[in-house]
Amino acid sequence: MDTLAKRNQLALEKFRKRKGKASRAVRKPNRSLGGDIFIWIILAIFGAFFAFPLVFNINNAFKPLDEIFIFPPNLFVINPTMNNLSDLFIIMSRSWVTFTRYIFNTVFYTAAGTIGHLFFASLGAFAISKYEFPGSKFFFGLIITTLMFNPFVLAIPSFLILAQLGWIDNPLAVIIPAFGMPLGFFLLKQFMDTIPASLVEAAKIDGANEWYIYARIVMPLVKPALLTAMVFSVQALWNNPQHLLIHTEQLKTLPLAIQQIIGSPHAPNIARQGINAAGILVMMIVPIIIFILAQSNILKTMASSGIKE
Amino acid sequence: MEATTPFGRYMTKKRVMAAHTWKEAVKHKWLYVFLAPYLLVFATFTLAPVLMSLGLSFTYFNVLEPPRFIGIQNYLNLFLTDDIFLTAVQNTLVMALVTGPVGYILAFLFAWFINELPRFTRAFVTLVFYAPTIAGAAFLVWALFFTGDSMGYLNAWLLNAGIIREPEQWLTNPEWMMGVALLVVLWMSLGAGFLAFIAGLSTIDESLYEAGLVDGVTNRWQELWFITLPNMQGMLMFGAVMAIMASFAVGEVTQALFGFPSTDYAVHTVVNHLVDYGALRFEMGYASAIATILFLAMIYTKILVGKFISKIGQ
Repeated sequence: MDTLAKRNQLALEKFRKRKGKASRAVRKPNRSLGGDIFIWIILAIFGAFFAFPLVFNINNAFKPLDEIFIFPPNLFVINPTMNNLSDLFIIMSRSWVTFTRYIFNTVFYTAAGTIGHLFFASLGAFAISKYEFPGSKFFFGLIITTLMFNPFVLAIPSFLILAQLGWIDNPLAVIIPAFGMPLGFFLLKQFMDTIPASLVEAAKIDGANEWYIYARIVMPLVKPALLTAMVFSVQALWNNPQHLLIHTEQLKTLPLAIQQIIGSPHAPNIARQGINAAGILVMMIVPIIIFILAQSNILKTMASSGIKE
Repeated sequence: MEATTPFGRYMTKKRVMAAHTWKEAVKHKWLYVFLAPYLLVFATFTLAPVLMSLGLSFTYFNVLEPPRFIGIQNYLNLFLTDDIFLTAVQNTLVMALVTGPVGYILAFLFAWFINELPRFTRAFVTLVFYAPTIAGAAFLVWALFFTGDSMGYLNAWLLNAGIIREPEQWLTNPEWMMGVALLVVLWMSLGAGFLAFIAGLSTIDESLYEAGLVDGVTNRWQELWFITLPNMQGMLMFGAVMAIMASFAVGEVTQALFGFPSTDYAVHTVVNHLVDYGALRFEMGYASAIATILFLAMIYTKILVGKFISKIGQ
């Protein structure tokens, strides 16, 4: 034991010394070269598995017809073409509702739902995080439990409620429930907990009211969490076809419209293989770009996401 | 008025506490106003559906007529006469047991490995692993690989390699369907827990590892068990909640890839069953009973996982 401790002590000192001056990466103590290689290999294999379908689809979207039906298929496109994307737009604009209308609908539902969600959730999260009042703890417990209830599981019972309200086939049915998403509320509250209480106390002593503390002190400090709540809300709304709630063609969402064109795997539209890929590409590119832009802020927020029992 | 009996003292104490609570509530009245908008929406579209399912699960309700109370008949029917429900429960359990723990552990291992990478690589690899989760309908691409004729990519490749002699019906042969479903679900559901793990790993204080080194930790696995995991129990719980959410809610994928209903109900999940009765047959009482069972199963799983996580590192 003594020799082991001594050995480790030496390794640690050596590491600290080298970390100070060396410009190249220094292996941390307790890290073997073999282990590092193992990690790289595992990540490469699984990374390929995770990336392959998406990369394949992106390339398919730009393949001309003869390349799509080449066998064995090429992963990468040789002569990229925009035909699939333009065909998608042409086919969709030939339907009696113009394509731009579907885009507008989805952008509108996503934006309205997200903005309302950010405002409602941040206001409520602020109250719960910075003050303690009767019922606040109980309410947060409810939020944690309902984090588990996926919208798919809630779909049928909430359909009944929306029907009672008479909101079926009305944009409200998509937008208003999005305001109450538990995940954004949870992340905002957890992130607000990391803001030092002294800041709020100081403002209270200076006579600031609750609204001032919320709008001027807390909100500017929780931008990463707001951005994260926004990303999760956009993902949830952008990809959801909302086929249970919206029936009028003029109000339908982009994913629903694209689903109608590309058909199902059981009745695949072979001739439109490239257009299918283009449709999937259009749908997936928006959440992915938003994620790339927000990644560092999301990780900052998730660092405070722990649930303490 | 001085209370003398034990009961009287108890009531006085209660009254004092209630008065205190009321005073506290009045003092914070503005905070209730702050919370009210969110609370209203949350109660209407998240809490009310859960409570309503519970209530309606004891009724016969076909949407047109008012609900009629029938006791626990729906539950009896579910467990005693509905063979398809039992198949669905079995399928959901298989999926939850595989994609839940396996997906959870994979998400943690990937996050742990990614945390060892240099900064720029880290952001890129995170994107690679997380992209399928957010790519929406992109899972339909898998249909190309698993198409059942000899030109389906997987079939063609296996035929050429001489591994199989005739094309396999990956999406309609019950022998393969569950395997394919598990693969696709695992692929697309690393989820928010994965991000929480990456973030949690990067916030653990470096000096803890140095202290561990002095105490005789000799490899990264010991480091993981004695230092890393105990310091991110909160994230582990959050990841578990996210994993439970995803693994019990599988339904959209199976419906889109395998058809509805799938051959022999081989990948029919509880959520599929719920949609079947709720959105197609409009037997809302019955559907509510299914939803209630799902809610209870999730809550129970969460309690179980919480107990397990609190034992880590001991």
